[in-house]
Amino acid sequence: MKHIKIDPITRLEGHGKIDIFLNDAGEVANTYFQIPELRGFEQFCVGRPVEEMPRITTRICGVCPEAHHMASVKACDAVFHVEVPPTGKKLRQLLYNTFYAGDHTLHFYALGGPDFVVGPDAPAAERNILGVVKKVGLEVGGKVIEMRKRTQEVIKMIGGKQTHQVTSLPGGISKGITEEERKQIEQHCIWFVEFGKFTQQVFNDIVLKNKAYVDLILSDSYNLKIYSMGLVDEKNRVNFYDGKVRVKDPDGNELVKYSPNEYLENVAEHVEPWTYLKFPFLKKVGWKGFVEGKQSGIYHATPLSRLNAADGMPTPLAQAEYEKMYSTLGGKPVHAMLATHWARIIELLSAAEMALDLARDPEITGTHFRNIPTATPTEGVGIVEAPRGTLTHHYTTDEKGILTKVNLIVGTTNNYAPISMSIGKAARGLIKRGTEVSDGVLNMIEMAFRSYDPCFGCATHAFTGRHALEVRIFDSSGELVQKVTRS
Amino acid sequence: MAFEPKIVGFLCNWCSYTGADLAGVSRIKSAPNMRIIRTMCSGRVDPAFILKAFQLGADGVVVMGCHLGDCHYQEGNYKTIRRIPFLKKLIEQFGIDPRRLRLEWVSASEGDRFAEVVNEFTQEMRTLGPLKLPVHELMGKNGERAKHAVHE
Amino acid sequence: MAKPRLALYWAASCGGCEIAVLDVQEKILDIANAFDIVFWPVAMDFKYDDVRRMDDKSIDICLFNGAIRNSENNEIAELLRKKSKVLVAFGSCSMEGGIPGLANLTTKDDILKFVYKDSPSTVSTNGGTYPQTHTKMPEGEIEIPEMWDTVKSLDQVVDVEYYIPGCPPQPEQIWNVVSYILSGQPLPPSGAILGAGEKSCCDECTRTKSEKKLKQFYRPFEIQAKPDECLLEQGIVCMGPATRDGCGALCPKAGMPCRGCYGPPPNVSDQGAKMISALSSVIDAHEADEIDRILNQIADPIGTFYRFSLAHSLLRRVDKHETH
Ligand code: SF4
Ligand code: SF4
Ligand code: SF4
Ligand code: FES
Repeated sequence: MKHIKIDPITRLEGHGKIDIFLNDAGEVANTYFQIPELRGFEQFCVGRPVEEMPRITTRICGVCPEAHHMASVKACDAVFHVEVPPTGKKLRQLLYNTFYAGDHTLHFYALGGPDFVVGPDAPAAERNILGVVKKVGLEVGGKVIEMRKRTQEVIKMIGGKQTHQVTSLPGGISKGITEEERKQIEQHCIWFVEFGKFTQQVFNDIVLKNKAYVDLILSDSYNLKIYSMGLVDEKNRVNFYDGKVRVKDPDGNELVKYSPNEYLENVAEHVEPWTYLKFPFLKKVGWKGFVEGKQSGIYHATPLSRLNAADGMPTPLAQAEYEKMYSTLGGKPVHAMLATHWARIIELLSAAEMALDLARDPEITGTHFRNIPTATPTEGVGIVEAPRGTLTHHYTTDEKGILTKVNLIVGTTNNYAPISMSIGKAARGLIKRGTEVSDGVLNMIEMAFRSYDPCFGCATHAFTGRHALEVRIFDSSGELVQKVTRS
Repeated sequence: MAFEPKIVGFLCNWCSYTGADLAGVSRIKSAPNMRIIRTMCSGRVDPAFILKAFQLGADGVVVMGCHLGDCHYQEGNYKTIRRIPFLKKLIEQFGIDPRRLRLEWVSASEGDRFAEVVNEFTQEMRTLGPLKLPVHELMGKNGERAKHAVHE
Repeated sequence: MAKPRLALYWAASCGGCEIAVLDVQEKILDIANAFDIVFWPVAMDFKYDDVRRMDDKSIDICLFNGAIRNSENNEIAELLRKKSKVLVAFGSCSMEGGIPGLANLTTKDDILKFVYKDSPSTVSTNGGTYPQTHTKMPEGEIEIPEMWDTVKSLDQVVDVEYYIPGCPPQPEQIWNVVSYILSGQPLPPSGAILGAGEKSCCDECTRTKSEKKLKQFYRPFEIQAKPDECLLEQGIVCMGPATRDGCGALCPKAGMPCRGCYGPPPNVSDQGAKMISALSSVIDAHEADEIDRILNQIADPIGTFYRFSLAHSLLRRVDKHETH
């Protein structure tokens, strides 16, 4: 039996590793996507003052610290039973939508997008942001850098630091913004919306006008019929910061819509001995192993699943594109995992529009941005949509607000099972009896997990946008027989 | 062999150190377990000295200074009465029994009191048994280093 | 002249340090031009094996971020040490354990037990399934690295030339270091801390200080701090006095107390000890009971004073035997 090892594919709370086993016939017997690291935040945070959590849990991920900062502080609001005044809530949302726009931008241009923009068959060395620059034109590189710079400026203005924000605390936020700052932010947000439209255009021109790409998106190797999860507002529209978690089955019917404090009745985690990461699943459906379909509790929590789970977008430009996506791809729900890239652009647009609305909201410069908690702290759950999945923080404290229990279900974790399955499916579809495992085959396997943007943190945001990939093939006695690396 | 605790005593030069001397001269018997470090004032005992003593293997640490109001530097021992209870809370969080750190006021004329404190503390440390900290093992293992100079 | 060969690596890290490197913005292109980047797993296609094949000391500078938390981190730290002329502990995690080092407040066993068994969302089958370093699957054996009980800083496992503090190091400071190296000036003596100041965070904080003494401490959520006064003097525990300057006092500027990510200031070996000294001199009490009452208002000394530096503190980790 042959053993193929892709090592290291990079990070998620650490680094990832893919092992592909071939049987004696040279076909894929099984694939294992392993997470070799565990940090133990849940245990070492016990004993800490709960209000410190928004500043500690940011360090779970330097790529999406904003998501942890927000999920954490929302859990703190719940622990203290405190309402956040409108200005405080809007400042948090302004920060959060700005972050979303920036984060989705980098994924599209640096990591996921190059597969399409430059082309899935292009040499690997060109499938990065430099390749995108070559194809779309020099100005795109500058625009991406500028987008990042502007989003970071807004985040620092509201969050105190551009990485690992510090300002949110139970009941609100530590400081407001001045009219002067608001004006600057508004200018940035106008730019974000323009950039969102530009990105939409790039996707339209290069991907959607190319039938081969659309066929690839819809091809069977990248299709996964599973449940879709996403946070929705009171009108069932996509919301990143607040609302209820809605889950739709593979046929598009609502399975459940739950409040954050009901997560334990709805989500559970399965443990496998060969990896440090757990596999969440829908409790009401159950863990049936790595299988698709309505009878299996596996779900995804991604830009695509959020769109599937909702009835629409909260902003006009995004809504129009949302409708276009579903009509192009044959109606709701879409199970073509590569369409996640499209969904990501729709979310980018929506986040930019939301940020602009907030920057123009008269309450945003208010001075009442915080309520001091007075109730005895107890227990609380905070949920936001991280770009890479529904993020749940659950805290229990003693009467002084010292943590006695912490439970976290982190963004990408939600997608661990689907990512593993997509890799397996792509591998099975591509590695057939007698196929040489080539660079191209690896790329296609990589594309499968790249669509989830699985918080291989820095990889996602590296400016050349490639993570390390190496496949080693071992025969059944452990002898190295073939090695494929990218150069 | 019965366990004999290693005790570090930080003694203020102006009072307790002289008190210790007096105990010696007066031949008042006290347990031989304490290594004495003379400081110019109990207020000069940096909290890091105490942690360092535990790091290097002390089973117990005593800080002795002038009675309140008698400090040569006026405020020195007032700093000490805030630091020591604070440190007790900290070492307890580190997993060290807070009884392993003690603060006592011993004047230059209290040789007998000095001996009494040393004897009593030594006895208490005998009951508590040896202090085994993970840091001792971490620093002892081959290849492992106890670097702290870097930030100094 | 050949360009200096640069390597970047992350061990147990959140990725924020790598993001901080990218956050030098347009200057990232200058870095890419000035150096020959020979290893950067997040950005480029180089593998561990490529590094193994390099000549010893053939990397001029290696920026290493992340703590040492498992056997793989350790193995790569040793490998990069061998291959690098200058090894730099980059960021709090690498320099002093950082937030991952807070795992030294507990034990590996307790972490595993909670995560895989006691966690309320986890389904524990037959008394608990735990990750194994080696697992026999029907198709063959697969491995994952062994997690350590104690998190370590980089300099606790290999020799390190320089340190760049911060969680993450601020991009302007990263650029300061890079441009200094590029200027060709002689490198500072081994052991130096780069990209930071020689004073404390309070020195660069613009809040006004008035030598006020305190009878009451508050947790950050309990009061709305006044915008211009020192937070510590308002009774909010702020790590400024026990922290090196260099970040620009970002947190106090945003209305939140410093938590010490730039590490201890010069001549301080232990941030917690320093903080106890600093707080002891501002507490306004002379009686044991009163002192005790005030001290009890300070929540979680160990987790606050050593937020970033526990793994590199004098005692390094919590002991679970004596008081457990
Ligand atoms: S020092 Fe901070 S930013 Fe850098 S890896 Fe560690 S936690 Fe992340
Ligand atoms: S203690 Fe904090 S708020 Fe006060 S001066 Fe120092 S850094 Fe600034
Ligand atoms: S103020 Fe303190 S915690 Fe905040 S960035 Fe600066 S050194 Fe780090
Ligand atoms: S001089 Fe003895 S305690 Fe200050």
